[in-house]
Amino acid sequence: MIKWTAPLRRPLLRQPLVLAALTWLTLAGLGAGLASLLAPAGPLVADTHRALLPPGPGSPLGTDPLGRDVLARLLWGGRWTLRTGLVALAVAVGLGLPAGLVAGSFGGQIEAVLMRIVDALLAFPSLLLAMAVVALLGPGMGSVAIAVGLAAAPAYSRVARSAVLEVRTQPYVDVARAIGSNEWRILIRHVLPNAAAPLVAFAATQLGWVLLNGAALNFLGLGAPPGTPEWGAMLAEGRGYLRDAPWVSTFPGLTLTLTVLAANLVGNGIQETMRPQ
Amino acid sequence: MVARYVGRRLVQAAFVLWLAVTLAFVAMQLTPGDPAQALLAASGATPDEVTERRTQLGLDDPIPVQYARYLLDLVRGNLGQSWLHGRPVGRMILEQLPPTVELSLAAMVVGVTMGLGLGILAAVRRGTWLDTVATTVAVLGLSTPTYWSGLLAILLLSLQLRWLPATGEGDLRHLVLPALVLGFALSGSIARLVRARVVEVMAEQFVLAARARGLPPWRVLFVHVLRSALAPALTVIALQFGFLLSGAVVTESVFARRGLGKLVVEAILWRDLPVVRGVVVFGALAYVLVNLVADLVHAWLDPRLWEELT
Repeated sequence: MIKWTAPLRRPLLRQPLVLAALTWLTLAGLGAGLASLLAPAGPLVADTHRALLPPGPGSPLGTDPLGRDVLARLLWGGRWTLRTGLVALAVAVGLGLPAGLVAGSFGGQIEAVLMRIVDALLAFPSLLLAMAVVALLGPGMGSVAIAVGLAAAPAYSRVARSAVLEVRTQPYVDVARAIGSNEWRILIRHVLPNAAAPLVAFAATQLGWVLLNGAALNFLGLGAPPGTPEWGAMLAEGRGYLRDAPWVSTFPGLTLTLTVLAANLVGNGIQETMRPQ
Repeated sequence: MVARYVGRRLVQAAFVLWLAVTLAFVAMQLTPGDPAQALLAASGATPDEVTERRTQLGLDDPIPVQYARYLLDLVRGNLGQSWLHGRPVGRMILEQLPPTVELSLAAMVVGVTMGLGLGILAAVRRGTWLDTVATTVAVLGLSTPTYWSGLLAILLLSLQLRWLPATGEGDLRHLVLPALVLGFALSGSIARLVRARVVEVMAEQFVLAARARGLPPWRVLFVHVLRSALAPALTVIALQFGFLLSGAVVTESVFARRGLGKLVVEAILWRDLPVVRGVVVFGALAYVLVNLVADLVHAWLDPRLWEELT
């Protein structure tokens, strides 16, 4: 068994873009985690005397129509947006990975049934599928996380299955089978560790997708209740002030874009290092 | 052999569609709430009227009977009735369809043009700064939410420069900004795909042979490389149809356009589930049909596929 991180770590950190992306993700995570220290007043303190102030001393990224500090709201909003993304990713991987692994390892009827269900789910435009789940569960932040995760799961199971199928053609799998390992042991000891790189790469890409689409549902008003400092919801709230106070919607948009970009770059970076030179 | 392939592909498409439609039915059954009540809620109906409506809608029938009726209705093009407006869902979708189709097609043109341009440029100048720039633009397209790039476009091109109207619809000028924004998002995945395919094909023997014969580079690229690289890319571009429909829903909201997006968002907020289900089922139907056609066209362009797939 190869420790999968070993061939990955060094080439990954040697790519400047990946390094920048990982740094940004760390900063965003820290900002959200330490929001209560960095912006102790919280994201909801309104002060109408300070409404729509441009970026400057006191409020580095300006204030919104209710006089709330945009930077404080962005930091606190990271908690909502990033948590939604992570929960959705957990749902997508939690459903997609076992389905893909089992389909790829055991084949036959199980694979046929699982993959037909995946085909049917993939026939729905993914954001519409997520919207339908929100409609069934009722609007809300939790519904959005679950819905986006469910919508991402079929694609993840496809990737997991093909990663398994590829590893299973390797000679060491035949050897393991020849010395009497059963399918479960082969799956856990040999297939999973060796398929980990594409699985992690696609998970990073999927994180970008769920962040983008989770925030999209919040932007459309299907998730966070009004006033919640969620990045997508903040964008929606700021769009009425685009002409006079563009910072209200521009900074949440920039933060979200950079975060999605970072997740995609990490995914790309891992894929690049996997490519045979 | 051709008939067999087409037949097989048709059966496959019908099966996927049946399964998708069935999943939609099951999901709806699992949701709590009484449709008869929901339909009559606005008018303040008496319990008797609700009971009567239940019978009328066939909600007291066993589930298999309801399921059979649902499938039959779908085959006849009946997508059910809106709980909120009491109108046929199919008609509501058809009314909202033209602006969405208009936006999707325009975005497709922008996305394919930009995607091809960026992808080919990156592949031909592989490893240079041009490749880096083109690839970065492509990843940006994939990562930028249309609901942000849309606002930026409005801010710059509409509010600052006053070149184009910001929101609403009407003439072609209203279509430019939404189409650019959605097309940019689409171009990312197309550019990546095209770059990968072109790089792959440029390493093939026949390209080397064409170069060795002393053909000018543009001729090698356009006649030899692209012809071989782009046929499979076409089917993948067709796969982006789902992305396009999803993206149109959000883009419509940014630019305050009419269309399926507005219909479905309002339906979710009012929990008008038949409308949501109708739009989703319609999306699946459209997706399956587009891909079926793309596969058949691809197989027609590349007859080797008949043999491989049958």
